[in-house]
Amino acid sequence: METRTLSRESILAAIRQNLPPQRVSRPQIPAFPGPDRPLRLLFEEHLTKAGATAHSVGSPAEATATLTTLFPSAKVVCSAVPEIAGTRRAEDMHDPHALADVDVGVMRAQFGVAESGAVWVTQEDLLVTALGFLSQHLVVLLDPNDIVSDMHEAYRRVRLHETAYGCFMAGPSATADIEATLVHGAQGARSLDVFYLPRT
Amino acid sequence: MSTREPINVVARAEAFIQQDHIHEQMHDGFLWATMQRRDAEAAAVPEWEELRELGSHIKEHTLTHLDEYLTQFEANATTRGAQVHWARDAAEHNEIVYAILQDHGVTELIKSKSMLQEECAMPPYLAQRGITVIESDLGERIQQLDGQPPSHIVFPAIHKTRQEVAQLFARTIGTDPNNDDPHVLTEAMRNNARPRFLAAGAGMTGANFAVAETGTFVVCTNEGNADIGASVPPLHIASIGIEKIIPRVEDLGVFLRLLARSGEGAPLTQYSSHFTGPRKGGELHIVLVDNGRSRRLGMADFWHSLKCIRCGACMNTCPVYRRSGGLAYGATYSGPIGVILDPTFDEYKYSELPFHSTLCGSCSAVCPVKIDISDQIFKWRRVMANKGYLPLAKRLSFAIAGHVFAHPGEYHALQQAAVPALDHAPHFLLYNHTLNPWGREREIPQVAKQTFREWYLEHRRSHGNQNVES
Repeated sequence: METRTLSRESILAAIRQNLPPQRVSRPQIPAFPGPDRPLRLLFEEHLTKAGATAHSVGSPAEATATLTTLFPSAKVVCSAVPEIAGTRRAEDMHDPHALADVDVGVMRAQFGVAESGAVWVTQEDLLVTALGFLSQHLVVLLDPNDIVSDMHEAYRRVRLHETAYGCFMAGPSATADIEATLVHGAQGARSLDVFYLPRT
Repeated sequence: MSTREPINVVARAEAFIQQDHIHEQMHDGFLWATMQRRDAEAAAVPEWEELRELGSHIKEHTLTHLDEYLTQFEANATTRGAQVHWARDAAEHNEIVYAILQDHGVTELIKSKSMLQEECAMPPYLAQRGITVIESDLGERIQQLDGQPPSHIVFPAIHKTRQEVAQLFARTIGTDPNNDDPHVLTEAMRNNARPRFLAAGAGMTGANFAVAETGTFVVCTNEGNADIGASVPPLHIASIGIEKIIPRVEDLGVFLRLLARSGEGAPLTQYSSHFTGPRKGGELHIVLVDNGRSRRLGMADFWHSLKCIRCGACMNTCPVYRRSGGLAYGATYSGPIGVILDPTFDEYKYSELPFHSTLCGSCSAVCPVKIDISDQIFKWRRVMANKGYLPLAKRLSFAIAGHVFAHPGEYHALQQAAVPALDHAPHFLLYNHTLNPWGREREIPQVAKQTFREWYLEHRRSHGNQNVES
């Protein structure tokens, strides 16, 4: 413990000794004009580019039906949302290892970002964070009114001091590590489907 | 004085280029395509140049107040339940990590990509102490199985062909050596890795940004491998270089807009994960690492290199890096950013790197935080020259050039002799493998029959101007 304090003090002392003589002031981040196209259109465009798919579902019943159509052979559907029952409830899961056999994980995103097609999900939305990463496929509910234009607006909405984990997810897991060839489903989810469904 | 030699980057680059007619062209092509995607993304953001300026400015502000923001980050992360450790150097970082693993009885861990953990040579250190370290990023795992360091900070195995990966996987995880489809190979690794993810006792990550205001750190990946490491095992250890600090949450808006567009030509990586304290049911340790950074902060010519957000754009645009491959640099950091970072760790060992550049300036032009990379490369050349670390061939030719340029008469005489000489010089001499490795794949341009000076003198005389000194 003592050496740790020593290291801390010696690093801070070295920094103070070596600080560049001219202290640079903190810049203001201006408000940038947003895009002139409908946010939902832009969001979908980027979502598709990132390898995900958007679906319009009118009701929770339709959401469940769409899920079944997309994943007819799914055995374990673990849901963290009230709108879709699934075969297993995320709130009953306590050990992340118990999610290893999940075919489809279902969660609600707090909002989407038009400029990237990403959705923001937190630990509170996933209930068990591993739901977002051990599930073979993901279904994400999104209220179509919850789309912001860019990352500046997105960071005005996130509340990092209130959640231990939050993630901008822009589509399924991807890699281009072998000859720069794009492959989905590297380690995390193989696919990501966004269902437009207003909050109830 | 030790007997070790500086990294011979020219010979190493030549080995990459000369191995066949496939690797260099493939490497060049992939990275240039990435650069073109970057250009398209940058052009699509009207405020792009303003974002670069802001990114640069925020980093300079943070670095000139680094002590304040580091302690603020520590206080907020601690309040949120993380345990914060401080490491002066690589050895201390590795000891801290090992002690945490021992405390928890961990013998197998999964890690995501962290240049800092590479810099600290942590994986071999832990392996020697009986801890199995599994790289979870596909490219890193390929390099780990092949016993090589990453060759690119974003695409670690970009210098390998699919056939090489197929052969490697056949040897190491038992796949079909003749099936080199990247989809099949990626799927094979997914299935091989998953049981190990579930068995691991700890997950390790690096960090792209650490926010003082909230004690949050952000990890950007495309595979989601960092998130598996952070969400499945009960213990998460993050290694964070002290220069990764930024003041506020709103600053993330600037940097996340710049990072993936610059590095891979996409608006965002697939996952941008924000960790603020341990997850429900987990334990989080953060190791803040100096390892030469505080000293670099005091180097008037070089402290701006601390602004780097490790996007890799300077590597993708560099005409020298694209052709020589990352392993040629023989260092943790390759490409233009490596050329200016590596000598701060060991000036002698990396003394030839600053000469592995054309000083074309493309790196500085694309850097999302406006680091003056090419100017720093030039300044490092001066440092090396002052220390007498110039490569032998350069020392000889610079000494001759210095003498000749100081004596105009000799220069003109030499020039008149050289032009016809070049005309008749035997090809084998100009393209001598040892004397001029650059000549191997290149033809020299046609030499004009008349020197500029000869033309000038003749031209001026014909215009009746006799006022020319000779």
